Amino acid sequence: MGPVVGQLIDLLAALLLMLAFAMITQRRILSLIHLFTVQGAILAAATAVVGWATHQPHLYFSAGITVVLKVIAIPLLLHRVVNRLNVRWDVETLINVPTTMLIGIALVIFSFNLALPISQLASTIARGTLGIALACVLLSFLMMITRSKAVPQIIGFLSMENGLFFAATAATYGMPMVVELGIALDVLVGILILGVFMFQIREQFDSLDIRHLEKLKED
Amino acid sequence: MIALLALLVSPLAGAIVLALVGHRDAARDVNVGFSAATFAAACALTAQVVADGPVFAWEREFFIDALNVFLVTLTAFVALTTSIFSRPYMRIERDRGKMNGARLRLYHSMYQLFTCAMLVALTTNNMGILWVAMEAATLTTVLLVSVYRTAASLEAAWKYFILCGVGIAQALFGTVLLYMAAEKVVGVEGGALLWTNLQGVAGRLDPNIMTLAFAFLFIGYGTKVGLVPVHNWLPDAHAEGPTPVSAVLSGLLLNVALYAVLRCKVLTDGALGGPLAARLMMGFGLLSVVVAAFFISRQKDVKRMFAYSSIEHMGLMTFAFGLGGPVATFAGLLHMTVHSLVKSAIFFAVGHATQKAGTQVMEDIRGLVKVSPTVGWGMMLGTLAILGMPPFGVFASEFLILTTAMREQPWATPFLLLALGVAFASMFARVQSMVFGETSVRRLPHPPALVPVFVHLALGLMLGLYVPPYLEQWYRQAARMIGG
Repeated sequence: MGPVVGQLIDLLAALLLMLAFAMITQRRILSLIHLFTVQGAILAAATAVVGWATHQPHLYFSAGITVVLKVIAIPLLLHRVVNRLNVRWDVETLINVPTTMLIGIALVIFSFNLALPISQLASTIARGTLGIALACVLLSFLMMITRSKAVPQIIGFLSMENGLFFAATAATYGMPMVVELGIALDVLVGILILGVFMFQIREQFDSLDIRHLEKLKED
Repeated sequence: MIALLALLVSPLAGAIVLALVGHRDAARDVNVGFSAATFAAACALTAQVVADGPVFAWEREFFIDALNVFLVTLTAFVALTTSIFSRPYMRIERDRGKMNGARLRLYHSMYQLFTCAMLVALTTNNMGILWVAMEAATLTTVLLVSVYRTAASLEAAWKYFILCGVGIAQALFGTVLLYMAAEKVVGVEGGALLWTNLQGVAGRLDPNIMTLAFAFLFIGYGTKVGLVPVHNWLPDAHAEGPTPVSAVLSGLLLNVALYAVLRCKVLTDGALGGPLAARLMMGFGLLSVVVAAFFISRQKDVKRMFAYSSIEHMGLMTFAFGLGGPVATFAGLLHMTVHSLVKSAIFFAVGHATQKAGTQVMEDIRGLVKVSPTVGWGMMLGTLAILGMPPFGVFASEFLILTTAMREQPWATPFLLLALGVAFASMFARVQSMVFGETSVRRLPHPPALVPVFVHLALGLMLGLYVPPYLEQWYRQAARMIGG
């Protein structure tokens, strides 16, 4: 390894954070899917770089899974769903964009503070990026809260998963292989179920607006 | 080891077989058959653990000790009785057009897969696999909750998926942090996620990382336990899914989630040596008890009311485990068992009652005892048991929890008593008017399965009067392990 590799990882981490911000402000569903695809690619690149720098061959597998699942399979699936349901129009957010940005910045500061004491303890070369990983998770969380349509919520869910994978790479050299495979399987099955759900929701409500899903409430 | 293999393979095989033939009439019996095989394997495993002590299997990836063996048996038992209950229940649902062949196939297959996921979560030694199995259990139950395909059930399932998905993602972050803390001590090659390894070195895990890790793990698995304020998915999922699913959600899944929290608590206590985990558990447990009790008094839907009662009881258990000490932990484990038995019995009775009345609105259900005394009395006795009337087991465990709380944390006692009182008043009044009085309900086309109801209630009664010595031995061992 060397300073160059460390800087490369920092660069990729910074790109991930920027993409997370781009996602919370993006209104068009198609652009959201593109952003998600790019995020997956950067995640895979970061994983592979860490693997190369530290001679951890299982991180290549992990990067491979990310490419197959999050750069190819899931975006394809999302494109199909969006085409079939014809929901390519713009979506409005529940909170306006500048406010969302401000909340996002606050979240980033919060996660950096939270991660500061413990990222010193990590043994990996990517330890400085643990705060970024946590920020990505929280920003995706914010995105799920501020969107009222089903597809952006799902993309938020998936990008949260990306943040978690990045955290695993930053904090340790990835989880043990069997666990990583299990997580990948769960994500894949989850996204398939959600895809089926979207068709059923559409059939029931003639819309993918989650605001229809507010009948079950306490009086 | 063979017993463990059979325990995990039987529900998995059941899921595959029922995915192919689940729509046939015989599928209901096949479902019972596989559940019975699972239960038999659980009994064999229990006998082995009782005879030889803790069992490891497959390079220590799986292990059975006093804490999880009783949960394994309980899970397999309730899964069996629920499958017996679901035979007539699903037959009636199909006759009424709420279920069809494809949905029944999905239902039966997912029921077995759900059992399998829970058993893997209980028996695994690997904290990562525990997470994977919990997520798998979530996915299967999402499909089970949405099986009716109505607007309300889709909404409930969507909410369940998103809330629990987000929650459990926090638990994954916690697991990553746990791995990070462990890796420094155990090393990457040393199985740094194996619970038994972690427990051995808990004192050397970094306290800073473990504090943060436990916070995330507690939020994550706490969402699945149904702790307030992340409980919103629970009443909807219970009310809108089929009743057998409500029974296994309340009776089993919440227990398994609490079990995950307990495993994490042991490690955190070892690392911190301080009361952080205990305080968090007491605080959120107490909050859940109080909030749920007041929500119970406002419910109109019978299944929602009992779902809130589950939140209340899970809160009480979390509080008990937070209290710690041999008595409170013993009481928490006992409460886990009796709540699981009694609550699933109540859901069985409620399931048939709502089928008779054709509604879940409590005001429209009247005079159950006149049409079918067994369903009516089953519901009445179940309610009395869950409200903590002696001589049922819930009374014994609640009494132990309350007396320990008075001694150790006196400030909490008034809240607990208030909440239990509110829950008692509101639930008893409603159930009484559903069970007695003039009737408006119809007869069912098929005889209901009431054996499970009374078997569960009898066991709940027995545990109130007499805890068999080997069971007590188990509870004590388990309690010692989780900080008794």
